[in-house]
Amino acid sequence: MTIPPRLRRALVRMRRDLAFVAAGVPLHLVPALLSWWALSLLTDTVTGASPNAPVVLTAPLTLLVIAGYGFTEAQRWRFRAICGVELPRLRFAEGKRQLGYNWLVGPLLGVLEVLLLGLVLVALVAALVLVWVWLVPAQWRGGHPGYTTTGTYLTVLGLLALAAVPPLAAGLVRLEILVGRAVLGVSRSDELARRVEDLTESRAGAVDAADAERRRIERDLHDGAQQRLVSLALNLGLAKATLTDLPPEAQEVIDAAHREAKDAIEELNNLVRGLHPAVLDELGLDAALSGLAARAPLPVRLRVDLPAELPQRTAPAIEAVAYFVVSEALTNVAKHAREATRADVTVTRLAEILRVVIADDGMGGADPSRGSGLKGLAQRVRSVDGTFRMSSPVGGPTMMSVELPCPM
Amino acid sequence: MIAEDSVLLRIGLVKVVEMAGFEVAAEAGDGPELLAAVEEHRPDLAVVDVRMPPGFTDEGVRAALEIRQKWPNTAVLMLSQYVEERYAADLLATNTSGVGYLLKQRVADVEEFIEALRRVAAGGTALDPQVVAQLLVRRASDPLERLTARERDVLALMAEGRSNAGIAAQLVVSESAVAKHINNILAKLDLPKADADHRRVLAVLRFLGVGG
Repeated sequence: MTIPPRLRRALVRMRRDLAFVAAGVPLHLVPALLSWWALSLLTDTVTGASPNAPVVLTAPLTLLVIAGYGFTEAQRWRFRAICGVELPRLRFAEGKRQLGYNWLVGPLLGVLEVLLLGLVLVALVAALVLVWVWLVPAQWRGGHPGYTTTGTYLTVLGLLALAAVPPLAAGLVRLEILVGRAVLGVSRSDELARRVEDLTESRAGAVDAADAERRRIERDLHDGAQQRLVSLALNLGLAKATLTDLPPEAQEVIDAAHREAKDAIEELNNLVRGLHPAVLDELGLDAALSGLAARAPLPVRLRVDLPAELPQRTAPAIEAVAYFVVSEALTNVAKHAREATRADVTVTRLAEILRVVIADDGMGGADPSRGSGLKGLAQRVRSVDGTFRMSSPVGGPTMMSVELPCPM
Repeated sequence: MIAEDSVLLRIGLVKVVEMAGFEVAAEAGDGPELLAAVEEHRPDLAVVDVRMPPGFTDEGVRAALEIRQKWPNTAVLMLSQYVEERYAADLLATNTSGVGYLLKQRVADVEEFIEALRRVAAGGTALDPQVVAQLLVRRASDPLERLTARERDVLALMAEGRSNAGIAAQLVVSESAVAKHINNILAKLDLPKADADHRRVLAVLRFLGVGG
């Protein structure tokens, strides 16, 4: 015999709903009993009806506090295991909601659950009345003529009641989920706050990871390729200095290779230093910036004003961003600023803000929305919640101002 | 005495130093080794890499400072992938004689590097043009503005520790022209006149905010 799928689904659903309701009964009513016990003891204490009531009263009160949390956890389990509804974990200290659920809403729901289960029981008994009526002694049946008609009515009523059970159960479950989410769940704003917290944390992690990666690459290149290149250039230099009796063509080749090697070192040095200068870790931003300013192809005036009495150094991630900003900005000035004859770099620390201003006296007209350099710069500034402003009227001067938060 | 953790480069350095007519007493791969070797051999000159094991940060600078303090007769030439004016300042703060600080890649210009080696070993100063440029960035104001472009070039070369002859060769001018420039610079910056190269370097470095 096969059960049609729709009926099977309905039966499975009903079984689940009833299990949920049944599990709810003790979880909702035990707290109610506990509080009722506590209340009666309290009245005894007040009226003095029972001499040891005050002592006994401590038991339910302690139970109330501890059980509250336990019941909440049990409810979470009930919602998750039976209905697949996730309720957020509440801390023990978040008592208000738990109190509301376990001691106020809970008992009411418990009553509804008991009523529903009672209905199921009564309906079952009524529906099967013609079966169990045979179990009662025969004299009773003899003394009640017409009992079969009454039994048939009862059976029909019972079946009707049974038919009403699934929608009722489903409704009650829906109500419970609604109430549970409203009382035990997280409000939308709490949820968003939590999400923002998570995102902030993961973003900081990403920024740090990228920093660490840059440091690692810098180290690897320094210990590997850069040493090899210097060694290569050195050997070519030695060849140039010692092999003086070579034919001029060979001298020429060695010369060219020597120059190439030196240029490659220069290029790689600038690239690697742009990644993450080692001195930034050791001596901080101020010391690292002079190297940048000195390497710029135009005169740079550098002013760094970091109060010495700061409790601690600026966070490494912020320093790295500030360094990157100056590095990119000076590269931009050198590359794009037409007719720029000088640049000014000013770094100041104002309480919880690190301000970096780069200005040049070029012809202006720089557009931050164009050019990947400026875009990357703005992105990296935003990654640490900094602000990036640029003003570059046609005719100049161009000024870029970046503010980075330095929480104390 | 050579301290450099990259074996490749150490071999090359030994070659260059021997070409310059020095004898290599010992080689070291990190700071403690270097200090032990200096104590044992008391060399005239130690060539030191800044970034060495274990920390690969500024071990070389710290070792160099210790050498200058304990064995003042040993001159120190520091080499580094990047020069930092802060380290130069630390190094020059105690004593400017017999101190050098150059970019590693300068080793490739063998003749010039040998000249710097000899200058430092003889108690002179050899600062990388990059260091001087950084020092000038720090002082990008005040009396420096009064110098002509040519005078600034001469000032930078003086700060590197070069002699009049060296400056003249670099700028392709006569030595007398260099001497004239130098007199102008000293006058404009209110620096004392000094005949000895070394005293002059000292004055210039002090003006740039470093040197004892």
